Amino acid sequence: MSLSDKDKTAVKALWGKISKSADVVGAEALGRMLVVYPQTKTYFAHWPDMSPGSEPVKAHGKKVMGGLTLAVSKIDDLKAGLLELSEQHAFTLRVDPANFKILSHCILVELATIFPKEFTPEAHLSYDKFFTAVALALAERYR
Amino acid sequence: MVEWTDFERATIADIFSKMQYEVVGPAALARCLIVYPWTQRYFGNFGNLYNAAAISGNPMVAKHGTTILHGLDRAVKNMDDIKATYTELSVLHSEKLHVDPDNFKLLSDCLTIVVAAQLGNDFTGEVQAAFQKFLAVVVSSLGRQYH
Repeated sequence: MSLSDKDKTAVKALWGKISKSADVVGAEALGRMLVVYPQTKTYFAHWPDMSPGSEPVKAHGKKVMGGLTLAVSKIDDLKAGLLELSEQHAFTLRVDPANFKILSHCILVELATIFPKEFTPEAHLSYDKFFTAVALALAERYR
Repeated sequence: MVEWTDFERATIADIFSKMQYEVVGPAALARCLIVYPWTQRYFGNFGNLYNAAAISGNPMVAKHGTTILHGLDRAVKNMDDIKATYTELSVLHSEKLHVDPDNFKLLSDCLTIVVAAQLGNDFTGEVQAAFQKFLAVVVSSLGRQYH
């Protein structure tokens, strides 16, 4: 299920639009995840406030979107492009990779709420594949 | 037995009372067939499913999508015993239709996304949690009679 040229084009095209509201998308998706999948809160117990819209959630959402923007720019070689991030997640953060799927789903839902017209089934397909590929690249250094 | 909060019951009732079955049903099934193309294996007699446009415009897909969505009505009306409500349908999906139960989750994710697009900002994290919990119970019940 590797990314076709069509997928890459679709991802870049919509990302151009998404990046204009990147901070909001990131913060909302992360906030959504913490509410819908409470087990993910275990990674953020050190935050004073984990509620949607709080400062730590907004700051972290921005960080996550920065990582995804990097991934879009390295879409032709995600493994190499995300090596550093993979090492960070593997050795420092030690996030269970099952959570990548959870956050991906929440970002897809957020895209559907913010861009109902642009998030067509075909865009959904390409983004689902892209996030799966990003998750795989992020898990590269785990073991 | 599944415990539902007042918020969850109200949220599910609200979403389904405003549901546009003929829009959401077809959109959810079409999206599933497009995003997860291997699900097309169950619809060999549906005619043209060659590309996204064909799937989205296919009248059999539209009709079946509406049927599936209405199938959720019985769960909405029997939230305190969804498992029993779906015993027959579970047997049907297993014995007659031979549907891999993993597919229920795929369709349920697509339905979540279509409803999210419909509700926009009203599809808050809390609403999503209630909706996904409801669908998870339905999915579990539909897979219950497989052996």
